[in-house]
Amino acid sequence: MVKKRVAVIGAGITLFRRRLQETGKELSHYAVEMALDSAEMTRDDIESVVMGTAPDAFDGIHMKAENLLDGAGGARKPYTRVFVGGGTGVFAPIGGWWHVASGLFDTCLVVAEEKMSPCYPHPQTAFRTIWDPIITRPLEPNLVWIFALEMQRYMQIHNIPKEHIAAIAVKNKGNALDHPSAQLAAKITVQDVLDSEVMVWPVQRLDISPPSDGAAAMILASEDVARKYTDDPVWLDGVGWSLDSAYWTNRDLYFPEYVATAARMAYKMAKIHNPRKEISLAEPYDPFDYKEAHHTEGLLLADKGGAPKLTVEGQTFRDGDQPICPSGGLLGVGNPIAAAGLMKCCECFWQLRNEAGKRQVPKAETAVAQAWGDLMQIGTVTVFRR
Amino acid sequence: MSEKFKEFPGTPLSSRDIKSGKVLTFKWRPNAKYAWTVGIAYGRFLEELKNGRIIGRKCRECSRVLVPPRMFCEQCFRPTDEWVFVKNTGRINTFSLSYLDADARRIKTPIPVAVIDLDGASPGIGILHKLGNVDPKRIHIGMRVRAVWKPAKQREGSITDIKYWEPI
Ligand SMILES: [Zn+2]
Repeated sequence: MVKKRVAVIGAGITLFRRRLQETGKELSHYAVEMALDSAEMTRDDIESVVMGTAPDAFDGIHMKAENLLDGAGGARKPYTRVFVGGGTGVFAPIGGWWHVASGLFDTCLVVAEEKMSPCYPHPQTAFRTIWDPIITRPLEPNLVWIFALEMQRYMQIHNIPKEHIAAIAVKNKGNALDHPSAQLAAKITVQDVLDSEVMVWPVQRLDISPPSDGAAAMILASEDVARKYTDDPVWLDGVGWSLDSAYWTNRDLYFPEYVATAARMAYKMAKIHNPRKEISLAEPYDPFDYKEAHHTEGLLLADKGGAPKLTVEGQTFRDGDQPICPSGGLLGVGNPIAAAGLMKCCECFWQLRNEAGKRQVPKAETAVAQAWGDLMQIGTVTVFRR
Repeated sequence: MSEKFKEFPGTPLSSRDIKSGKVLTFKWRPNAKYAWTVGIAYGRFLEELKNGRIIGRKCRECSRVLVPPRMFCEQCFRPTDEWVFVKNTGRINTFSLSYLDADARRIKTPIPVAVIDLDGASPGIGILHKLGNVDPKRIHIGMRVRAVWKPAKQREGSITDIKYWEPI
């Protein structure tokens, strides 16, 4: 069982952009330096390193964790890559938590990196290789198909108007105006979303997060060691993850049951009994606007089909009762896959430390971050507390 | 953000910066080729598609008829028991209209795609395929559809032996 309580004591992040000149190693190095500086540590204080980075095909470097090792501060240390597709960014701190909670290490540096720009003209081409080669690839699908299928099912089962989904994109791109790393911060309207180019109906251009380059890092420490470095640790008190069947056409996509399973695991560990009351802010994974709503429901923070209305009514804004994606999310800050998930965990850390500046949510005590991926089948959940 | 941070590192580039050679790039086109064996369950499934029929596997423990077929039941975690033909009709579970091709290039005429729950399989057991011969505006969840097959001589044992699904 859990031998040691795990604290977060530092975090760092690069700019998120469509293309960055730096290599993945260089970006990892930036984020790690920033995290070490913020915790007033050096690499010598780090006992173990966990790297989270998503499909090799984007960077075009097979086994890229090894390529990234030196920039991520992992040389000559116990270094492990964890990988669960889009869920990786929140899975990386879960991997770090294993290292520390087990009592094996007192410190663990968690790094997440993604460069989607090397794959050109569009990283979508790399996604062609994730499909079952026998019965799916011959249909020549693109990845947006399956999200459009899921979005359609979700909207129709609950009779949710597209306007309500679009309000989420408006909120997140607006929130991102206050995030210094943001790639797609903008003041837009619901009408802008509804008028934007149709990609795969019902998904339109402004419903989607962009491809991005970027990196993030976070430092975990056991309770006694954390106290040596800071009077103000944030606790990683709950972790959960779950994968549903890869036969995704054999499940009902209207509800992400696997996210609910992961959330229940994390809440139980963190002794959260009533998540809607006890969680001050949430960072659910929002590569699409409907996904924020879908995941808010999966995290048991809204009734099934009830999440979009929370945004329409303003409750999910930073000054609302249930702030959701105060960072600006993937829709606003950007989506360098693994780094985007870890960005959400960094946001929880900064919010709970009262260091989120203009993005600060009042009275932030408990926060939950979540990511999602593979073939719409994984939920990864972390619960942070001050 | 921690007030300690004054600058957020990273050097943004535009696609023009790349094309104009403002930064050096190094290109390589992989020439990897693969030949996958289709396996036991898909092997029979594809053979039957060639015959113009859709086949699934039944698990007697949970009574589910599974398509695409597999030789194991992932829920009961035991071998499945028998082959069962399902109908070549079904109901649309969900659908979309794609204005993007497989490489995310824009296309004018959208491709209608759907998850189709198959008659004769267990409830909620569907497959991914394309729709055809249908007015995109009329497509809806619950719409009844049937498989339109390629002529027998053109079939090759592929999911594309079904050309598309059309409204009944
Ligand atoms: Zn079974």
